[in-house]
This record gives sequence, structure tokens and C-alpha cells, in this order.
Amino acid sequence: MRFRRRAADSSAERPAGGPQGLPGISTTGRRAATFCLVLIVALAAQATRVQVFRKKELDHNTANQRLTIQRYDQPRGEILVEGSPVTGSVETGGRYDWKRTYTDGPQYAAVTGYSSQTYGNTQLEGVYDDLLSGTDHRLASWALWDAVARRQQPGGNVYTTIDKAAQQAALKGLGRQKGAVVAIEPATGRILALASTPSYDPGSFAGSTAADQQAWDRLQADTDQPMLNRALRQIYPPGSTFKVVTAAAALADGVVTDVDAPTGAPYPYVMPGTTTTLNNDTPACNEPNQSLTQAMTASCNSVMGYLGVQVGLKGMVAMAENFGFNDAKLDIPVRAARSNFDTQMNQSQLALSSIGQFDTAATPLVMAMVAAGVADNGTVMYPQLVDKLTRSDGTDVQVMEPVRYKQAVSPAVAAQVQQLMVDVVQNGTGRNARIAGATVGGKTGTAQHGVDNSGVPYAWFISWARPEGSSAVPPVAVAVVVADSSATDVTGGGLAAPIAKSVMQAVLNR
Amino acid sequence: MASPSATVRAGSPARRPVRTRRTTELALVVAAVLIAVFGYIEVGVNIDGRVPSDAASYGAALGVLALVAHGVVRWRAAYADPLLLPIAVLLNGIGLVVIYRLDRATPGSEAAPTQLLWSTLGMGLFIAVVLLLRDHRILQRYAYVGALAALVLLVLPIAFPPVYGSRIWIKLGPLSFQPGELAKILLAIFFAAYLAVHRDALALTGRRVWRIRLPLGRVLGPVLLIWAAFVGVLVLETDLGTSLLLFGLFVVMLYVATARSGWIAIGLFLAAIAAVGVGWLSPHVHSRVTDWLDPLGSIAAGQGANQIAQSLFAFAWGGMLGAGLGLGHSVLIGFAAKSDFILATVGEELGLVGLVAVLLLYAVLVSRGFKTGIALRDPFGRLLAIGLAAIVALQVFVVAGGVLALIPLTGMALPFIAQGGSSVVTNWIIVALLVRMSDTARRPAPEPEPESASGPEPGPMPEGGR
Repeated sequence: MRFRRRAADSSAERPAGGPQGLPGISTTGRRAATFCLVLIVALAAQATRVQVFRKKELDHNTANQRLTIQRYDQPRGEILVEGSPVTGSVETGGRYDWKRTYTDGPQYAAVTGYSSQTYGNTQLEGVYDDLLSGTDHRLASWALWDAVARRQQPGGNVYTTIDKAAQQAALKGLGRQKGAVVAIEPATGRILALASTPSYDPGSFAGSTAADQQAWDRLQADTDQPMLNRALRQIYPPGSTFKVVTAAAALADGVVTDVDAPTGAPYPYVMPGTTTTLNNDTPACNEPNQSLTQAMTASCNSVMGYLGVQVGLKGMVAMAENFGFNDAKLDIPVRAARSNFDTQMNQSQLALSSIGQFDTAATPLVMAMVAAGVADNGTVMYPQLVDKLTRSDGTDVQVMEPVRYKQAVSPAVAAQVQQLMVDVVQNGTGRNARIAGATVGGKTGTAQHGVDNSGVPYAWFISWARPEGSSAVPPVAVAVVVADSSATDVTGGGLAAPIAKSVMQAVLNR
Repeated sequence: MASPSATVRAGSPARRPVRTRRTTELALVVAAVLIAVFGYIEVGVNIDGRVPSDAASYGAALGVLALVAHGVVRWRAAYADPLLLPIAVLLNGIGLVVIYRLDRATPGSEAAPTQLLWSTLGMGLFIAVVLLLRDHRILQRYAYVGALAALVLLVLPIAFPPVYGSRIWIKLGPLSFQPGELAKILLAIFFAAYLAVHRDALALTGRRVWRIRLPLGRVLGPVLLIWAAFVGVLVLETDLGTSLLLFGLFVVMLYVATARSGWIAIGLFLAAIAAVGVGWLSPHVHSRVTDWLDPLGSIAAGQGANQIAQSLFAFAWGGMLGAGLGLGHSVLIGFAAKSDFILATVGEELGLVGLVAVLLLYAVLVSRGFKTGIALRDPFGRLLAIGLAAIVALQVFVVAGGVLALIPLTGMALPFIAQGGSSVVTNWIIVALLVRMSDTARRPAPEPEPESASGPEPGPMPEGGR
């Protein structure tokens, strides 16, 4: 491709030199050749623009089916519970070759989330989508070569921390009620149960047919919101279960040193700056100067509100945050909703917040962290839903190690709070959670909500359990919430404690 | 590579024998066939996980055809440019592989066997042209007859039903043919012959308006008339690609013949008027322009991806190195994926690297055509070679530019690669003519007088030189 103009070339030796000094065909031909080559260079430039610079934008265009085709052109990796897959894949024969299936969809929907050809991926299916669909670069043994050859890896596997028996107990306990259960292994933060009811079958809309669309539309239209993950994504006023945090703060700040000594709490307690008294649900609370043990066992609002104000806003906020409140990036690795404890409040609002009312709201996950932190001698472990990630051949991609979230209180204070919780179950509102042969600590909550507290209260229970006589860290901590119950007498002790009990039993019986 | 005309230009003929370079050609032809066979095997391995059972017979068919063509060149055009035939074989082979690959995604409408048949016919015509046409200057005699024949060929499809909105096809049972393709060559011959005779008149006479010298009507008249007839027919058939191509060819050849840049200005002016007019009047063209200006617009409008958008998706998916033969999804483009949009499959499965390689093959083919034209001695041959090379370049630009959204889409066949018998046959004839002319250009002139001894004059030859 050489079209250099050669001087003295065109007219001297060429018989076809141009007329009257005009350039000959040798010259004009070269110019025309240059023009033609410029056209082809323009094509190469445009191709570079499309194939390199606009690649990402075009690949991700909503009308471009290729990413979806690629995602489903091989069986997806599995999500496992206790080493057995709770997911699967089935060949569809359509353009999207493989479709997700779930062995027991409703049972693990809150854990797995869904992977749908039409509606995308959520929760574990979403967080580990790259790994499960085989595009995670960590799956490749020869990353660079595989990238060059575009070799697609078989999908990797996600091993969850879920305990099958605990999960079953949680769903069975919740039954047809609306609610959620989170169970945590306090020493490690491993999540043993994660349940949200009513549940749904993620396999019902995994494909891309009209039936899938109908199933999805039905779920979306359901006023019970079966696809809402109440364990992670919904916040509820924690009510009296929050008193565990308040008690921990009072002990940690030295507001209370002896759990059995009088606290100096007045009765009736008029909240500072108001003329409103903080009322109790139980007549047993209606006397001044109760001890912390008495106040916790009977769940006295006046005493705990008073103690919260004595600790002060700063101390209460710090303690709440130690247990996971106000953390907007709590990823287990599925992100949980932010649990709230206000950082700007007057004293009456602080009093209300200290008994889990006002703006205080928590996910069942964070309330499970409260129970687990107390059980683990004051150390809150970062909750984790995943044990390890592996390649399809079983080799490890990543093994999760336990991570400390925060040291909420000293072991000494934790021991005091543990005793308070044991008293609640032994002698107080949490008697429904007693387990023969085990030491159980817990706290009930019956949270009012709605305009003028007109809604059906949320029934809460948080607890932990260890085999009797053991001094080891309890193997299980649980938070249970039951919402919108149709029961006539809605209390945490009545509705939520039995569920917590069966989940704890499932773990203790391992 | 040594400049083929160096020896001739040196003015000392036969001092050093000009190398024929036939062995280079043989090696390149063999390499081209092997690349095509390898591609064929790769499609089978990537789609079915095994070597296609007919890979050997496919390779043998292409190999035998290519070797026979090479043998004929060796026998009858020993000094021909050694790159022309291998490039044609390689492009044709790549085309067959890509069509075969797309066949696998469209069961029930196989096109590769037919394409192989047309390729055989094309290479047969290549052989026939090299064998029978001993001197390209003979063609000059038939310039006007050829132009008339071209006109008839172009008018003929109006009698047949339109296909995809264009009346450019002749359909006889299962066989279809696009006569416009063949007309390109006839028209290039006519332009070359006419301009070889009248280039002086066109260059030197005429009125001068401001700085541009306008030619006299009686000189330009016949050319403009015949050209207008062609373009008129094509607009009636709504085959804009060919109109654009012929117009470009006309302007390029006129400029090369006369060196008057005024022609370019006039050409661009006329083209602009035509483009605006047609774009305004024809809804078919108007939608093409809209799609070009905003290829992704139909998606935002909720109508899904149009063909240009799908084509761009295919190119983008290919990225730098491509998805691999058989592993792309260019079938999403829909109809014409094997013809007008075939380059998108090349881009998707062979990547930017493969696409640029293909573009480079065209660039080398075109530049060899121009080189032949510049090295030739008779004005007719020079203009014809340049015209033929320009046809290839312009056609590649119009087709590839269309599917890459560089210019509005006008349906046309990518030379050698796209599905379509008429196109393959026509391009093989173009290459045969270039082989014939490059042989003339490179052949060492016998002593002592190069000009007069270069063979018997086939007719009254108005030589341009003086």
C-alpha cells in the first residue's frame, strides 16, 4: 500500500500524463486511492468506537438480550444448606437455556432470594450473582487466558450458615402469621435461621413464560407482601425488647451498679419537660425505687425510661449503635435495612426511645444481634449468612472468618444483663420460653404502633439459650417478631416466646 | 515487497528479470484455504463440540477451486499481482464460514450450500475471464453495448415483485439474481472507455464560473444522460446502495480522468440535493436516516431494538477479541443477518481484531487495484482498474458504514462475504479483470520498444499520452 508521490514520475515517463500540465492519472489515481483508504480507515475507527468505547453501554442496553442469554446458558451454581443444595437448574429449551429451581422455595426464600430470567436476582442470588452465574473472575484458574478465550466458568457454590432444623422450627412456629425470625450463633455471628412469613416460592417466576409473569403479578399484588423480607428489610418498633439495650447502658455507664439495689426511679414518672407520665402495663411496676431486676422482670416502662434519661442521649446512642442500630451498611452480605435510634432528641423522647418506642425501630436481625451480643459476653459478632464460596469442583474461593462487630459492654456487665434476661424467663414475662435442661435468657416486647397506638401490637421476643450447667457462650440467640396477629391477646410472651423456644430447642438438640 | 513496476520504470528492461511471484501466490492461497477450513472446524467445535463431518470435503472443494484458479493464473497471467487471488479466496472462505455459522442458528433455511455453489460459479467465471480475455483493451470496443446491456439489466427487475421493499431481484423459481451487481462492471467499463477518449475535452474545455471550470454540455451530456438513467432506475427500484455506489464511482473516475477538482464539488452538490430530496420524498429512506441519526431511539420509544441497534449490540458484544465463531448471538438481528448485516457477525464473533483484519484485506485488495491502474500504460486500462478498485472500496464503505451506523443503512452486499450469488460472481469477475490487467502492468516489456510491442492493438485506440 504505497502511494507516495514520486517526483518527476507522472509526466516524464508516463505516456498518460495529464493534459496541459494538469496532474496525470498516476497522481489523481493515488489521490483517489488515498481517499478510498481513508474510507476504510473511517470504518475501522467507527468499529473501534462501537466495539471498544461504547461496548459497556451497548452490552448493558435494556433491549440487548445478550447478558441475559449468557447468564442462563449454563446451569447456575447452587446455594447450600448444611451441605445440600436448596437450589437447582432445569433446561428450558428456550432462548434462555437454564432456569432456576428451588427444592423447597418458601422455606428458604428469605435466605436465597430469587433468580428470575425476567425479574432479575435478589439477596444471595443477587449478591453472589457473578459467582453463581460463573462470571466471577475468582472462579477462573487462569484468569487472563480465560478472559482472552472468553471461557465461561461453571457457576460456583454458596454455602450458607443456615441450620436446617432451626430454619424449619422458625417457619413452623411463625405458621400463617406475619412475622420474622432471626437466629444467630453468638460466638461467631453465623446466622442459623432467617425466616419471613408469609413466604413465597421463588421458583414460581424463575422463567420467562406467561405463567411466570402471572405468578409474579399475583405476588406483587398481594397485600400481605409475601416478597418482603421482614427479617432483614423491615423495621419495627422493638418495644420492651429494647430495654435490654437500656439495661446494658445503665450498667455500663454506672447509673446502676447493683441490679438488685433500688434505682431511685420515681413513680409515677413524669417525663422531663412534660406533664405526661410514662405508664406501665403491669401494676407490679407501679411503685417507686424498684431494682433493675424487678423492672426487667416485670418490664416496667417507668423505670427503664427513667434509667435511659439518666444514661443520657450520648450513652444511649452509643450503646444502641454498639448493637447495630443506625448502621446503614449492615451487609450479611445481603444488606439489611437501617435500624434507627434517633441521635437528636429531647429528654421525654429519649425516655420513650429507651423503652423501644418513639422513633426507635429495628430489624429482627439487629434485635437478634442484641441478644447475641449479651450472650457472647458483650462482644457483638458481625452477622454472616455465608460460610464459604466454592468453585463447582468444591475448591474454596473464599472462606468467611468470624468478624467482631463491636465490643458492646464488658464481660462483667454482660453477665449482669444475662442474669436479668434469665430472670425474665424464669420469673417474668418470658416464661413461655423456658426449656427443660437449658438456661434461657430473654426479653419480651409488645410494641404499640399506628395512630394513637391503634394497630395490632408487634409481639417481640429476643432470647438466647445454653445447655444447663454449661459456662460456654450460648450456641443460639434469637429474635422473633409477629406482626398483625389475629390473636385476641397479643403479647410478646404469648405469641413470640414459643417460637423462639422451638428455634432454640432445634439448635440445642443438634 | 518489491514494487512490481520498478523494473519497468527503471527504463532498463530485462536487466534483471521481473519475478512472477507465483510461488508467493500459491503459498498465500494455501494459507487462505487453511484459514477458512480452520474457521469451519471452529464453528463445529464451538457449537457441537466436534469437528464437522464434512470439513474435509468442504476444504477439498474450496482448495481444489482455489488451486485450479491459481494454476490458470500461473499459466495465463504469470506476472499478475500475487495478492489478488489469495485475498479473494480468503474473503470468500470467511464468508462461507460465517454463513455456515449463521445457518446453524436458523435451522431450515440453509444458505451455505447455495453460496458454495455460487462461489464455484464465481471462481469458474474468474478462470474463464483469465483464460479468454487475453487483453483487457478488447473490452473498450464493447463499452456502449455494455452500457446498454447494463441499463436493460437494471430495468429488468421492475417486472418482478419487490423483496424487502426493493425491486432489484430477478426471481426464477428458487434462483434469484441481482442484475444491478453485474451492471456495475459494465458501467465501469463504459466510464473508463468514454473518459479515456474524452478526458482532454472534459478537462480543458468549458466555461469558467468563478474558480470552477464547468464542462461543455455536449461533452458531458452523454455521460450525465446515461448516469441519470441508471440512477433514475435505481431510485425507482429504491435500491439506494447501488445508486450511491454508482454515483461515487462516477465522481471518482471523472476526477481521476480529468484531475478537475470541480467535479468533486459538482458531485457532492448533486449528491447532497439527491440525498435531501430522496430522504424527504421516500418514507423508506426517511426511516433509514432516522435510524442512523439515533440507532437506539426506537428503544427509548418503547418499540424495541431496530436492526441497526441489534447490529451495534452485536459489534459491541464482540469487543476486542470476539466471542468466538459460533458463540455470538447475531441471529438476533433478524432477517438479512446473512446478507446486509453479515459484517456484524464478523465483528461479534471475531472481534475488533478480526473485523479490522477483514477491513485490511479489503484495503490491500483495493490498493492493489489502484496500483495496477497506476502501473498500466493505456488510459482505458488505468481508468478501468482504478474504477474496479473504487467499486470494491465504495461498496465496502457503504455496507460496513451502514451496519456500523457511520452512514445511513442502504442494503448492499459486502463483497465476497455476504450471502448473495450475484455479488460473489460479480466480485470474482472484478478480481479476474484486475488479475488480467496486473499481469499486463507487471509483465516486462519485450525489447526494444515497450509501447508498440505490447501486443496487437485491438482497435482504433485513442491513447491519452502525447
